[in-house]
Amino acid sequence: MHAESAVRAPLIYGNKNYHQITEDICRPIESKPTRLYIITITITALLMTWGLFMIGWTVWFGIGTWGLNRTVDWGWDITNFVWWIGIGHAGTLISAILLLFRQKWRMAINRAAEAMTIFAVICAGLFPIFHMGRVWLIFFNLPYPNSRGPLWPNFNSPLLWDVFAISTYFTVSLLFWYTGLIPDIATVRDRTKKKLSKFIYGVLSFGWTGSAKHWQRHEALSLVLAGISTPLVLSVHTIVSFDFATSVIPGWHTTIFPPYFVAGAIFSGFAMVLTLMLVARKVMNLQEYITLEHIESMNKIIVLTGSIVGSAYITELFVAWYSGNIYEQYAFANRALGPYWWAYWGMMTCNVISPQLFWVRPLRRSVWFTFFMSIIINCGMWFERFVIIVTSIHRDFIPSSWSYYSPTYVEISIFAGTVGLFLTAFMLFAKTMPVIAMAETKHILRISGDAQKKAAAEHAHGHQGSAISFHKP
Amino acid sequence: MRNKFLVGLYSDEDKMIDGVRKMRENHLEVYDVVSPFAVHGLDDALGLNESRLHITGFIYGASGLTIALTFMTWVFTSDWPLNFGGKPHFSFPAFIPILFEFTVLSASIGMTLTFLLRSGLYPGRIREKLDERTTDDKFAVVFRINKKTSAEEIGKMKEMLQSSGAEEIKERDLKRHY
Repeated sequence: MHAESAVRAPLIYGNKNYHQITEDICRPIESKPTRLYIITITITALLMTWGLFMIGWTVWFGIGTWGLNRTVDWGWDITNFVWWIGIGHAGTLISAILLLFRQKWRMAINRAAEAMTIFAVICAGLFPIFHMGRVWLIFFNLPYPNSRGPLWPNFNSPLLWDVFAISTYFTVSLLFWYTGLIPDIATVRDRTKKKLSKFIYGVLSFGWTGSAKHWQRHEALSLVLAGISTPLVLSVHTIVSFDFATSVIPGWHTTIFPPYFVAGAIFSGFAMVLTLMLVARKVMNLQEYITLEHIESMNKIIVLTGSIVGSAYITELFVAWYSGNIYEQYAFANRALGPYWWAYWGMMTCNVISPQLFWVRPLRRSVWFTFFMSIIINCGMWFERFVIIVTSIHRDFIPSSWSYYSPTYVEISIFAGTVGLFLTAFMLFAKTMPVIAMAETKHILRISGDAQKKAAAEHAHGHQGSAISFHKP
Repeated sequence: MRNKFLVGLYSDEDKMIDGVRKMRENHLEVYDVVSPFAVHGLDDALGLNESRLHITGFIYGASGLTIALTFMTWVFTSDWPLNFGGKPHFSFPAFIPILFEFTVLSASIGMTLTFLLRSGLYPGRIREKLDERTTDDKFAVVFRINKKTSAEEIGKMKEMLQSSGAEEIKERDLKRHY
């Protein structure tokens, strides 16, 4: 058996055993929904319905119901698309990259973060789809033998790369999430006494038994999926950034975009994971599994990615000045001092200055402060996407085409609707599926459980000489 | 008689692994171990061969890559050579993003389906259980019993299960394989 240094803080508190973990994680699924839960999900579902209605409104009356104009043809739609896709990135980062780095703290949050990824990608996908206008012709994007020539899509276009990137990302995330869930669904199936739930969880568990050979294949599959998801997650936001970077618009045409977008995606994704998990942890009574160590680790990643994003902003400004290109210089001066100054300074405050506060350890370990900061970062990252998209195009090459863009109630409603969709989906998930990966948590209990670590330390002290002493003279 | 199993339930995975090792040293054929999570070291103790799933992953990925490259090349050089600003028809660098995405997509879908098929997992598959607690906190060492299994052998199995720390030993006669 592996042992872990006693200095490293445990990841599971309380005197747990395997059965207790099952009990703790299945309790929210098996108990009746509380009044608070019903009220909240009613509100989010209404919001979602309103958003879906407004999507229908857009399809019926056309894109003219949005505030887009001839100059600003990408507005809230693409802003929201990039924002949601970015949020999705944390799930894959946690489950794939942290798996390859053998970071055990991922296990408390990976399942929920992966679910969040899937819902965020669904929300993201809605925007470009309905921005197309004639959504019933969406299949024109796909390369299939058709009666138009056959006319194929342009495989050299970053917009088509995006179609492939997003659909691949969604599919792989879904497979990764669901194969991971199968053993946990089987646990729920074997516990439940109700006939209907036994049937539903039975169907969903695919007949999982936990046979040694199945576990061996399951581990092999998870490892390879993690291995290929790692470059995938980096590629997705890289390709999203190509939508901008391969154009010739001052403010978009920069080589720094791919790493800067990826860091920003992870930054916003972790903020959203924190927003949701801090609430879930409290409501579902999971403080012993999602500990302050987990929150602190996530905040450290926020400092790292926030600093990368901050340096990217500064680099962009420097390069605009250093390029000697007056159009590039104007684009950046206009960002900071033009009509959209409020978005720029909102972005700078939320994304560059505030995450630096996490260098202070007590702040990193404060639940309330972290929750507050996670909201600030979500807002900041939304501003960033808005700044990049709208401020770069609203002053076109010819001053006669300059314009100002503000969204209509339709665009605002659709955005609010996706927030409703996201929260509704997450709440349904949290009530019906184990939010913490049970099997994986059991797997690390012996090494990282509080009680188990203490027992191991006592055992080591019993055999004098076998314990390594750090206090030798 | 076809699906008759002798099951020993353990609470401690270390005892279970030691037990499995000893049983195999004593020439008993351990049929399977059913556990609530992947126990490291068990594959070795059971003498399982390494899974070949990752090899299939490579094959699916390589096939996806080939299909995507062949298809895009065929479309742009022979089927409908469009002129995009005078750029070459076979513009390999611009193909890379889609090649990568399609490789990943093929590898992951192919591997997942192979995993499910090989393990006999599909939506709605209902199996009889050896014990409900094996998805919670119990580790089950399973022997298969058939006509050739002598009473003496069964006695030896039971004894080995008991001596290695099994808390519960029972025979299960299932209609179908678990």
